[in-house]
Amino acid sequence: MPDGLAARADPHGHAPASATGSGAAGHHPALQHHFQTLEQQHEVATLGMWVFLVTEVMFFGGLLMAYLLYRVWYPAAWSEGSLELDIRLGAFNTVVLIGSSLTMAFAVRSAQTGAQRATVRWLIVTMILGLTFLVVKYFEYKHKWDLNHIPGANFQFEGPHAHQVEIFLSLYFGLTGLHALHMIIGVSILAVITWMASRGRFSPQWNTPVEISGLYWHFVDIVWIFLFPLLYLVDRAHQLG
Amino acid sequence: MTTTVLPRVTYLNVRHGLASWLLTKDHKRIGIMYLIVVSLAFFLGAIFAAGVRIELTTPQGDFVSADTYNRMFTMHGVFMVFFVLIPVVPAILGNFVMPLMIGAKDVAFPKLNLLSWYVFVLGFSLALVALLSGGVDTGWTFYTPYSSNVSNSNVALVGVAVFITGFSSILTGLNFMVTIHRMRAPGMTWFRLPLFVWALYATSLVMILATPVIAITAGMLALERVFGFGIFDPRLGGDPVLFQHLFWFYSHPAVYIMILPPMGVISEVIACFSRKNVFGYSFVAFSSLAIAIFGFLVWAHHLFVAGISPYSAMVFSFLSFAVAIPSAVKTFNWTATLYQGAIWWRAPLIWVFGFLGLFLVGGLTGLFLASLGLDVHLHDTYFVVAHFHYIMVGGAIMGYFAGLHYWWPKITGRMYSDSLAMLSALLVFVGFNLTFFPQFILGYLGMPRRYHAYSAEFQVLNVLSSAGASILAVGYGLIAVYLLYSLWRGEEAGANPWLATGLEWKTESPPIPENFPETPIVNEGAYEYSKREIKVA
Repeated sequence: MPDGLAARADPHGHAPASATGSGAAGHHPALQHHFQTLEQQHEVATLGMWVFLVTEVMFFGGLLMAYLLYRVWYPAAWSEGSLELDIRLGAFNTVVLIGSSLTMAFAVRSAQTGAQRATVRWLIVTMILGLTFLVVKYFEYKHKWDLNHIPGANFQFEGPHAHQVEIFLSLYFGLTGLHALHMIIGVSILAVITWMASRGRFSPQWNTPVEISGLYWHFVDIVWIFLFPLLYLVDRAHQLG
Repeated sequence: MTTTVLPRVTYLNVRHGLASWLLTKDHKRIGIMYLIVVSLAFFLGAIFAAGVRIELTTPQGDFVSADTYNRMFTMHGVFMVFFVLIPVVPAILGNFVMPLMIGAKDVAFPKLNLLSWYVFVLGFSLALVALLSGGVDTGWTFYTPYSSNVSNSNVALVGVAVFITGFSSILTGLNFMVTIHRMRAPGMTWFRLPLFVWALYATSLVMILATPVIAITAGMLALERVFGFGIFDPRLGGDPVLFQHLFWFYSHPAVYIMILPPMGVISEVIACFSRKNVFGYSFVAFSSLAIAIFGFLVWAHHLFVAGISPYSAMVFSFLSFAVAIPSAVKTFNWTATLYQGAIWWRAPLIWVFGFLGLFLVGGLTGLFLASLGLDVHLHDTYFVVAHFHYIMVGGAIMGYFAGLHYWWPKITGRMYSDSLAMLSALLVFVGFNLTFFPQFILGYLGMPRRYHAYSAEFQVLNVLSSAGASILAVGYGLIAVYLLYSLWRGEEAGANPWLATGLEWKTESPPIPENFPETPIVNEGAYEYSKREIKVA
């Protein structure tokens, strides 16, 4: 791996000659002082975001490890706990998030082609979809609160596996809460990007912030694609059949 | 040594005032800011260590109560592990010299670098608040269910502090990795990189992959403490051993976060002071990666007596032995580099010799503990305490001081007293061995760790250990004295006082704000000492 990447990095290493050439014509306003070229700056940002997403995988991985262990140990409780979740709201949110990934991809494409108004429009649609998800999530949490299904001192649950269901619900709130936190951060990032886009900061030559925010957004979406079946769909087929 | 009297602009005097430091994006200044906070944490951790050693001079628990003792060794561990050993070499020396070594103007994400420092300071402040509100008594390992259900100390706050500090480490690792991939000067190919950079790359890998797991584990623990969630709670059917797995999945690789960067320092210093290319450069480079990768596969050797399956224990035992191979590759290659070199007896090399001796003992005793049968006898005794102090203090801190002495002229532009530096290296080496070698024997004889009272038969060895600790304190104190003194009375160092290779020595000392007047072009390997005139003062 290092060799291949080194080969790719080399041209930028040799870039100063060309950079001084373009330097005479004036730097791009987005070029930061410690980079030689916009291309280098773009590659640094993209690689940085990918590496960050790797850390995110490990971050969720700790919770998913706990999920996996207890699911193997307590399959009956997992089935019981999963049936407590509202599959319709979960499915609705899944569609909303997949839709938001599509609109995000449109926003990135628009930024690359230099369509400023379309970029802003698609970013706003994406944010609305993200907020829709969070509102639905709020009502799901509210419902659990009313039923005293929040783990802790006031937890109440009728059933043969009440204790293990409490572990399930702890992991449900841990995982979806962490995901919701990522959604909130994602919407905030998009708000900044939308503002930048409306000020005409992006062009076909420079749209890296839109692109890497898109990467982050898709990642948060993919996490939900895993969480939905893991949490909502345990043993549903059995129930239907 | 050249003495320039011309006034000139350096990273230190380009701007003045507190705000120019607190808002800086210069990797060199951020390195200095880490130096200050980490030194403070080291001082705090040392005070708790002193408390522990004073208590243990007598068999009776008469200096402090058992409860206070628990809090003292816990806070010693928390400060030393999370706020000293993890950041000490990467965040201080790595931040300062790595961009210089690869010929870059800065790290890839300068603002993120500053943010890492603030995140670190926030985590450190929370740990201080936890300390002032009574400290924590769980041990730095926070094992459940004691930490989650029983302890009435401030576990949640320290959990949050660890969670937050973890992000500082993650962001530093991310920054370094991208920097090494994308910011190298023209001609600086992977196999011309100094070995310190290779070591930092391997460290970044561990920081990126392991640290998120401790962050989420500390987060789960905090949820359990604050909201009463039940993830590790045995009353609900939760598994406390799961906590141990998740904890060590980070905390064992964390040992490599602590030791890999000092190993990189050792390669730099040995090459410079034996005036030779590092023997087997690519083996040393790849052994860093091998240690980082093997390091992920050995965590359960901390759980041999926690009831894990004997088959998995055998595998983990075998893999733990395997880590010895790349570590031995490094040690042999360093020795081979010294062999027939033109040894230049200056202080950084003396620190390296200290490192080699202590790391050797620490590494070999690790093999004792990786043996399944022997571990049953030695688990949770002073043997373990002695072993990891040999690695983490003997190895990592000796390596850090080797690096600090090596790059101090570059960082400050001043020379310190070489003879005092040698004296302090000697004091630390002697004091260290006197402190920790008796603990091997104590552990072998069966003295358990973390007890504040013990049988009278252990007293002689414990008194020796406490006496050694006081020599150690004098050694460390002396460093602070002559390094600070050098700041205003030290001789000017000039660009390259050690006549070393490497780009960091091609720019002035202290370096100019943008590191190099123009981007350097590299056309040779990292350690071409044979091509240079050998001048030994």
